[in-house]
Amino acid sequence: MNKQFLMGNEAIGLAAVAAGVNLVSGYPGTPSTEVLETIAKENDGSIYVEWSVNEKAALEVAAGASYSGARTLITMKQVGLNVASDPLMSLEYVGIEGGMVILVADDPGPISSQTEQDTRTFAEYSKVPCFDPSDAQEAYDMLIEAFELSEKYKTPVFYRPTTRVCHSYQSVSVKDYFDYEYHRPDGFIKDSKRWVIFPKLSYINHAKIEERNIIISDELSSYNRNTIVRTNSTKGIVAQGISFAITKDILDSIDFENKPNLLKITTPFPFPEKLALEFMDGIDEVLVLEELDPYIERHLVYVCGRKNIKVTIKGKITGDVASSGENTADLIKSYIYKFMDWKLDSDSINLSNTPELPVRPPVLCAGCPHRASFYAVKKAMKGRDTIFAGDIGCYTLGNAMPLDMVDTCLCMGAGVNIAQGVGRIKPDTKCFAFVGDSTFFASAITGVVNAVYNQAEMTLIVLDNSTTAMTGHQPHPGTGRTMMGEFTDKLDVEQVLRGVGVDVVVRQNPYELEQAVKVVKETADKPGVKAIIFESPCAVIVKPEKPYEVDSAKCIDCRKCIKEIGCPGIVVKAGKVSIDEALCSGCGLCSQVCPVGAISKKGERL
Amino acid sequence: MSTTNIILCGVGGQGTVLASKLTAAASMAKGLEVRSAETIGMAQRGGSVMSYLRIGDTASPLITKGSADLIIGFEPGETVRLLPYLKKGGVVITSNRAIMPVTAALLDSSYSGDSMVEYLKAQEGNLVGKLLTIDMDKALEELGSPKVMNMVLLGAAARGGFLGEVTIDDIKSALVKKVKPQLHELNFKALEYALI
Repeated sequence: MNKQFLMGNEAIGLAAVAAGVNLVSGYPGTPSTEVLETIAKENDGSIYVEWSVNEKAALEVAAGASYSGARTLITMKQVGLNVASDPLMSLEYVGIEGGMVILVADDPGPISSQTEQDTRTFAEYSKVPCFDPSDAQEAYDMLIEAFELSEKYKTPVFYRPTTRVCHSYQSVSVKDYFDYEYHRPDGFIKDSKRWVIFPKLSYINHAKIEERNIIISDELSSYNRNTIVRTNSTKGIVAQGISFAITKDILDSIDFENKPNLLKITTPFPFPEKLALEFMDGIDEVLVLEELDPYIERHLVYVCGRKNIKVTIKGKITGDVASSGENTADLIKSYIYKFMDWKLDSDSINLSNTPELPVRPPVLCAGCPHRASFYAVKKAMKGRDTIFAGDIGCYTLGNAMPLDMVDTCLCMGAGVNIAQGVGRIKPDTKCFAFVGDSTFFASAITGVVNAVYNQAEMTLIVLDNSTTAMTGHQPHPGTGRTMMGEFTDKLDVEQVLRGVGVDVVVRQNPYELEQAVKVVKETADKPGVKAIIFESPCAVIVKPEKPYEVDSAKCIDCRKCIKEIGCPGIVVKAGKVSIDEALCSGCGLCSQVCPVGAISKKGERL
Repeated sequence: MSTTNIILCGVGGQGTVLASKLTAAASMAKGLEVRSAETIGMAQRGGSVMSYLRIGDTASPLITKGSADLIIGFEPGETVRLLPYLKKGGVVITSNRAIMPVTAALLDSSYSGDSMVEYLKAQEGNLVGKLLTIDMDKALEELGSPKVMNMVLLGAAARGGFLGEVTIDDIKSALVKKVKPQLHELNFKALEYALI
């Protein structure tokens, strides 16, 4: 063993390598992304690693490998599980051969997501066993056990860390490489009775799964990571994940005599019912500290009702714990103190006279090509009746003032269809859908096919920055690179669009502002489905050009540059507009917006 | 063993993460347990960012308000924002240089770093046990690089003895392992810059 300072996701990635994983697939999504990236980095060539086109593809590729006896890991964020749910629901009925761990990172808050959905609830719905680590060390240690459970019962299993586990660092004890397991799959063995799902097979396997999950529940009741700490109190706290870790810190740091009993649940499904009953023996009041759904709380209420046990269960359902958002350390502390009737130390300082603090909503970076694209469409459509359907990615930030160019955002790939629906109700609306290149390949192509087939009136804007920017620049089918370090043919967005029947496809550099505006005007007024691909690489991955500067002698202080495009590189210093050289990428959009030509490349002043 | 709780805060892209990682590496090299947590994802894009760093035996990287021994602020407004996390009598080391949010330029807001620094000064002796404000424009100009703000702040913390058992020499040893050789001299100068 050796110790490394690792992010939770890195620990999980290293654990997968140590467990002899054979195939890893996934789709990027905060807070899950670094797991697959770590494996790709540590790969000695013996593991097949890919960013799949979306989560459904990732799960299906892994299913094929698991059928063939391989140990597989699939990574995604919680909303990605919605995309993968179709194969998943059936796969649970079919089962697997090689161990399969489906890593789904949940995001209480939510910090970087659309929903606060809970994979533990999904586990129960899909009948798939679920592990829920509470810190990076546990996330490392428990992964191999997840593979073992998967193989023992021939079922996929969920591995469900939350943001604070995924993205927290700690000194983690990891295996030395000579202790790594190597797993040799046998390859696919034909057996159509096993691998082809038919109603009869589903019926038979459904019964087996229900029986099996009772057995697993019993097994997990004695699982050594589900722990009870006993005290003399008649009160108890049940916690999971980071909420458990915070609770432990708080209980360890105080010297009250009557500390509560503490139960940690690391395997929410199948719920370790016997362990919960054992815990509640001698306890008359329980507080459940968990994030997202009141999952454990519901199970405790259920088991108490079924066994006719008189224990008061407090949590989200009873309003003792907030029903949404993160459990911060301060919230957990207040919940525990209230539950235990402890007095909160009140020597905190009153900071009420704080000066007004700056508001810092996330914005598109200085030099982001999306800003130029949005601005070109905005200018071209000024005064027209429009809908700008957005999508998931950095470009969702196009909703911020002053651009204000995202009217809707729902889920990956939805914008292209939403634009069609809006147009069906009010046909004279100019309907636009904005989609990034990675999202285009992940889930927007079918929406374009839908539009073409059903003769919609709309303009698709593909914001092609040659990367998956928001999650940290992962390659995708349009980039020509794979996670095995190989070069591959790039899929061309224009050819895909023409292939599915879009006849009008224009490629345009968004930084040629005047031309871009003209192209938008002309294209949008053509009939049917048409597309503009705005091509310019993400400002974060290209070397910045020489910065621009404001000639204060020419500047008339109209502040059009600030009010129109909202670039963080343009600031007001001592009452004057100026450009922050450290931020400016030299894109020059502001110089094309300035009405008096006061902005120019540094050293090239006219 | 006692725990040292540190908060590093600033605006996305200012280099809080490297400072946090160096301190963690230095702690581990001494055999100390360490945990940290930070902002990743959408909020990084120009938003407020913070890292928690805890040296010592703990179960979680997160801390409650009123329990940070030290706040290292990369931006004065962000330092003020996170002041409620400071333990009474704790230490604040902050840059005085304000980063203007886009909203300030748009709304003509009067945000300035000076009012934040004044506010921090008013808290000295009350909540703040020790305040060190660093004139960052001057520091970076004298050091000749806009990129060593994190080392100026971290050096001040280490030399002041505010990183628990972690010393400036521990930080330097960790830095040598993480940073390219041609940048060592500049970073060492930055670590030694602040008067403490």
